[in-house]
Amino acid sequence: MSSIDLDARSDEPATETRTTQSQPRRMTLNMGPQHPSTHGVLRLLLELDGETVLSAKPDIGYLHTGIEKEFEVKFYQQAVTLTDRIDYLAPLSNNLCYCLAVEKLLQLEIPPRAQWMRVMLTELTRLNSHLVWLGTHAIDIGAMSVFLYCFREREEILRIFEMFSGQRMMTSYFRIGGLALAPPRGWQQRVKKFIDIFPSRVDEYESLLTGNQIWMGRTQGVGYMSLEDMLDLGITGPMLRAAGLSIDARKQEPYSSYDKFDFEVPTRKESDVFARYQVRIEEMRQSARIVRQALEGMPEGPFTADAPKVVLPEREKMKTQMEALIYHFKIVTEGFRVPEGEVYQVIESPRGELGYYVVSDGTAKPYRVHIHGPSFGNLQGLPKMIEGSLIADVIASLGSMDFVLGDTDR
Amino acid sequence: MTLPTGLDQFALVTYEKFGELTVEIAPERIVEACLFLKHDLKFERLSTVTAVDRYPSEPRFEVVYHVHSVSRNERLRLKCRLAGENPEIDSATAAWRSANWHEREVFDLFGIRFRNHPDLRRILMPEDWDGYPLRKDYPITGIQV
Repeated sequence: MSSIDLDARSDEPATETRTTQSQPRRMTLNMGPQHPSTHGVLRLLLELDGETVLSAKPDIGYLHTGIEKEFEVKFYQQAVTLTDRIDYLAPLSNNLCYCLAVEKLLQLEIPPRAQWMRVMLTELTRLNSHLVWLGTHAIDIGAMSVFLYCFREREEILRIFEMFSGQRMMTSYFRIGGLALAPPRGWQQRVKKFIDIFPSRVDEYESLLTGNQIWMGRTQGVGYMSLEDMLDLGITGPMLRAAGLSIDARKQEPYSSYDKFDFEVPTRKESDVFARYQVRIEEMRQSARIVRQALEGMPEGPFTADAPKVVLPEREKMKTQMEALIYHFKIVTEGFRVPEGEVYQVIESPRGELGYYVVSDGTAKPYRVHIHGPSFGNLQGLPKMIEGSLIADVIASLGSMDFVLGDTDR
Repeated sequence: MTLPTGLDQFALVTYEKFGELTVEIAPERIVEACLFLKHDLKFERLSTVTAVDRYPSEPRFEVVYHVHSVSRNERLRLKCRLAGENPEIDSATAAWRSANWHEREVFDLFGIRFRNHPDLRRILMPEDWDGYPLRKDYPITGIQV
């Protein structure tokens, strides 16, 4: 793809080092932080010999906003809104992981309806995230039209989110103790309409890419990495599954009643860009299956836990019951105390293992929250993946990692 | 969950809460313990390394490692306590290469130095930044003058 060189030239001048006779063709190329294929602000320092990458150094931190520090001055419930902004393509996965961690500290029992609703919406989040990945990955490699189709379906998912929470992206719909609001009237029809057509739409994407000679030429055998290297370098998620390891926190460490759902964990052996593409495509089909099961088997009942000290009371009760009014006042003004302790909650986000380490000192604000974003771990393996490959393949390899810089830098 | 066999030789304190096992280890023995975990107990992955600042109490810092055994589907938390004066600990990169960035992050935000680390530089903050933002005595707002 010739556009890479053009982009590099227009972004920043490449500095050629023609000083020594022994290395006449070496050059350092500064890719990013505003390169279109880095999807955010990742800077890569590439040392090139002709078109071959000799070494790569990722430089992160351009999107660091100090979210972990911010957690320490927010009440537990307030901090849910911070989690949306970490991985902005999978806000509900981050909501869920944080809520599960704090609920573990509080030892709260979440009613089945809320759990199933959480599963359904996080799976829609996975679809949302994978659709953005597929569209942008294809556009990076040169298949322009896929992007438009992906964003057509993504738009419908965002509308479903808006219907539930009033927000398209920063939903904060999961709260400690359950859901923020009662599911809206008519959500079943909306989700059903989407999930009825979605599998055929995945076929449509596949008809554009799988089997396409150019697509296969650009992705097969590209970006190979061995399973041992991946585990050692901290790579997780679809990339591990494309290397043959059937690992998925939804199966191995089920949370939020994922064990009640019937789905498969797709794997491939090749561990190249094409295998990762196949794994994610299959994951979209599996997620659609989960959404359908959640839709059809959605239990009835309350959508928040029976914990008046944690969950805000209903508006109606506040107007008629003294206790409800007092609890509301206390929760809003001074939060709720969380027992001393520490937990590390892991879930399977669209990008891999997402972990929240929450330390409580017994007060109403978290003492320390550490977020292990999957993109951080995955990006660390990037140099190993692209060293020795051609510069055009760097774009394909980057795309196959599916990282989000907000998740990396926090 | 029980303490994996052989790990008791490193453990100072062991406790389990919320189904999660924590093992406290003397900081001098961390590399030894990590290598043992990786090679003998098959904890193939290091999930994350982070720190907690217990300011003003001493020992001030806790360095926390979350390790993961994929083959046995087990997780374990290691903890080392470090004093507030010049906190230093050996790098776990000897066992898992993924410790590299995690330890850089801890160095960047807490100012804990990792001995024998291949590339100990700031990772998230600008390289010329003063102070360590996640320390408890570092203010949440304000402008550096």
